[in-house]
Amino acid sequence: MKNESILSVKNLSVSFHMYEKGLEQYDLKVISNMTLDVRPGEIVAIAGSSGSGKSLLAHAVMGLLPENAVISGEISYKGKILSQKDKEKLRGKEFALVPQSVSFLDPLMKVEAQVRGPKPDKAKIETQKEIFKRFQLDEKTEKLYPFQLSGGMARRVLVSTAVISGAEVIIADEPTPGLDLDMAMEALKVFRELADEGKAVILITHDIDLAFHMADRIAVFYAGTTVEMADAEDFRQGELVLRHPYSKALWRALPQNGFEPIPGFQPYAKYLPKGCLFSPRCRYKTKECEEKIPMREVRGGYVRCIHAD
Amino acid sequence: MSNTAAVSAGTKSEKLQINRRTKTIFFAVLIFAVLFSVYLAGALLSDDLIQADFSKKGLPPSLEHPFGTDMLGRDMLVRTIKGLSVSILVGVVASTASAVIALIVGVAAATGTSWLDHFINWVIDLVMGIPHTVLLILISFACGKGFKGVLIGVAVTHWTGLARIIRSEVLQIRSQQYIEVSKKLGHSSWWITVHHILPHMIPQFVIGLILMFPHAIMHESSLTFLGFGLSPEQPAIGIILSESMKYLSTGMWWLAFFPGLVLVMIVLLFDRLGENVKKIVDPYSAHE
Amino acid sequence: MQIEAKNISFRYRENTPWILKNVSLKIEEGERVGLVGPSGYGKSTLVKILAGYLKPTKGEVLLDGKPLPKKGVSPVQLIYQHPEKAINPRWKMKKVLQESGMLRDEVMDALGIERDWLERYPRELSGGELQRFCVARSLFEGTHFLFADEMSTMLDVIAQAQIWNLMLKEAEEHRLGLLMVTHNHYLAEKICTRTIHLEAINTTGGKHGKERTDKV
Repeated sequence: MKNESILSVKNLSVSFHMYEKGLEQYDLKVISNMTLDVRPGEIVAIAGSSGSGKSLLAHAVMGLLPENAVISGEISYKGKILSQKDKEKLRGKEFALVPQSVSFLDPLMKVEAQVRGPKPDKAKIETQKEIFKRFQLDEKTEKLYPFQLSGGMARRVLVSTAVISGAEVIIADEPTPGLDLDMAMEALKVFRELADEGKAVILITHDIDLAFHMADRIAVFYAGTTVEMADAEDFRQGELVLRHPYSKALWRALPQNGFEPIPGFQPYAKYLPKGCLFSPRCRYKTKECEEKIPMREVRGGYVRCIHAD
Repeated sequence: MSNTAAVSAGTKSEKLQINRRTKTIFFAVLIFAVLFSVYLAGALLSDDLIQADFSKKGLPPSLEHPFGTDMLGRDMLVRTIKGLSVSILVGVVASTASAVIALIVGVAAATGTSWLDHFINWVIDLVMGIPHTVLLILISFACGKGFKGVLIGVAVTHWTGLARIIRSEVLQIRSQQYIEVSKKLGHSSWWITVHHILPHMIPQFVIGLILMFPHAIMHESSLTFLGFGLSPEQPAIGIILSESMKYLSTGMWWLAFFPGLVLVMIVLLFDRLGENVKKIVDPYSAHE
Repeated sequence: MQIEAKNISFRYRENTPWILKNVSLKIEEGERVGLVGPSGYGKSTLVKILAGYLKPTKGEVLLDGKPLPKKGVSPVQLIYQHPEKAINPRWKMKKVLQESGMLRDEVMDALGIERDWLERYPRELSGGELQRFCVARSLFEGTHFLFADEMSTMLDVIAQAQIWNLMLKEAEEHRLGLLMVTHNHYLAEKICTRTIHLEAINTTGGKHGKERTDKV
């Protein structure tokens, strides 16, 4: 798979203009120098805990950030840098978001109307029927209301909505909360199929087990930045092949791989350390880590660490 | 808006503009000062200024008497200010009482047992179901009219809307997990109400209170205008307006025009104050 | 001490499908039990009933043969999946600990709560940090059972390993009975002395969608 990336995010930073108690305002930097790229035909998993900025990235790409957000860096699609207007134009057409649960559907509207969108023509209804058939949703499903759907059906309906739009880039935000690994894999098979058809899929998840098994490449987010981006195969192989100390620590903390946590916490956006955001918890920390840390290529993957080799 | 524009807009607002919250507070304080000085002026102006003086009766607006004089030769500006002062006092006292009733009733409905909730909702529907002015007149009349009648009438008819809002807010908070946890940590319903629920209600309470002022003032004036409120000796906008009705046909427009205009201005000022305070205390405006 | 669920059945209203039917189980002090099973089988519902947050439609929960106390500090404490929902968002963290009287050095040290967090608001802390407060405030003298409903599902794996290591230490020291709901069988294997498969003891067939249990 050597084709060009369809969507790429370069040095994206997002901060929010917030009020302190009273009158003082400050900027809360929630995403700093984030980097990501997706190619057609692959699933890129974004793995990171809450507060690592993964959902915000999705919102930034879709142009859905609130007005008090200050954005820098570039997001480009098919080689063209996107403005806010472009994003709004592409949203729902070229980019589609698959939300977490049925609560994102209109509870008072039948499934068919929501999936087809407003004013469907014959062709659109045809595609919808085909897509439903493909996801094993029978004809009766069209006439149901969201609350009548089971968990699995709801997930497939949400995915169909994205597919029907014909989007090239599909972003799934925590599509399988609270499912065990086997069930989640089963539920996510549709994304694999979509990727195999040439779509680009971004899978946002905090469940790294899932990311390891589903994705082609994985981007590890920490405190609002990308610390490592590499083939999922490397993550399956384990600690020694990984590049960033945080990725290694994640791997080692898994219950099946030792269950040994490193001490410390992901910093809150208001109290970010200087230079490398992971440095306060890193045992390889040196003075140079307080400088700006660039993303660099190591053994076929990308890593934001000066000590990685 | 391109990304770069967003960045420069972000930095500009920091350097050049005073932020929105500061502006809002500034206006809120200014409005409050205006209202308070109208009240003080009315309370402090001596009654001698509005002694009857038949040599000056029925004068149109002039430099000496900007609002003109009435048929007894009294200065209309002083009468208007004194009237407004009484209106503001009635408005403040009545809406405070009303808001406190709303808070107690709303919290009780949401916290108490289900029969209490049903009963309170029934009372709210009842109060809201009767035409407002009719209910006001009945209560004020039953309480002997005058200052006391108006106060009670306005106070016991204005709490229903706010009580409903508070009830639903409390219900929403009571369904939160941290309330469940608090119970399992051994805290009583009363403790939870005081520590978890009431602090959440402060914004609703304050905003509801201020936005009730305009209603209270308008209703006080209309009650008085209809003759079921303050007594004719008292300087009140309602009295001034109802008196002026008699002379309007003779072309003495200033008797109704200025007092009415100023009353509307005061009401709008209170409304503005409420909107401003809402922006300050509303947690969702923290990002602007 | 021992907590026992006796023939528990549960549904939200009459004429709605049963979520739990005739479920019985026992947990002893000092035991670490994992409650596993596919989603939709009522794991969360069962834990809430055991902790006294929900009343069973039929059956009873007994603590050493007696019903759970209705008032006062509960000997059974529940840790939720989303710590940010289980903490009043307007309170400083200090007050969260004060609420249960656990603003004590030995408790904070045991759970690795740093002192400068106490002056912060919940939204300024991460999930893992908040979850430590949730555990800390539940560690009463009289707490005999700690139930964890997907306690670490929303945390990153490092925070997950951290908090479970702390939990295990506390459970050991105070001889607590532990019941954990999880969908991660590796985690259950690592922590539990035995596991209960809910689909084996709950005969409803589990059809009532996951979304519904989450909202309770």
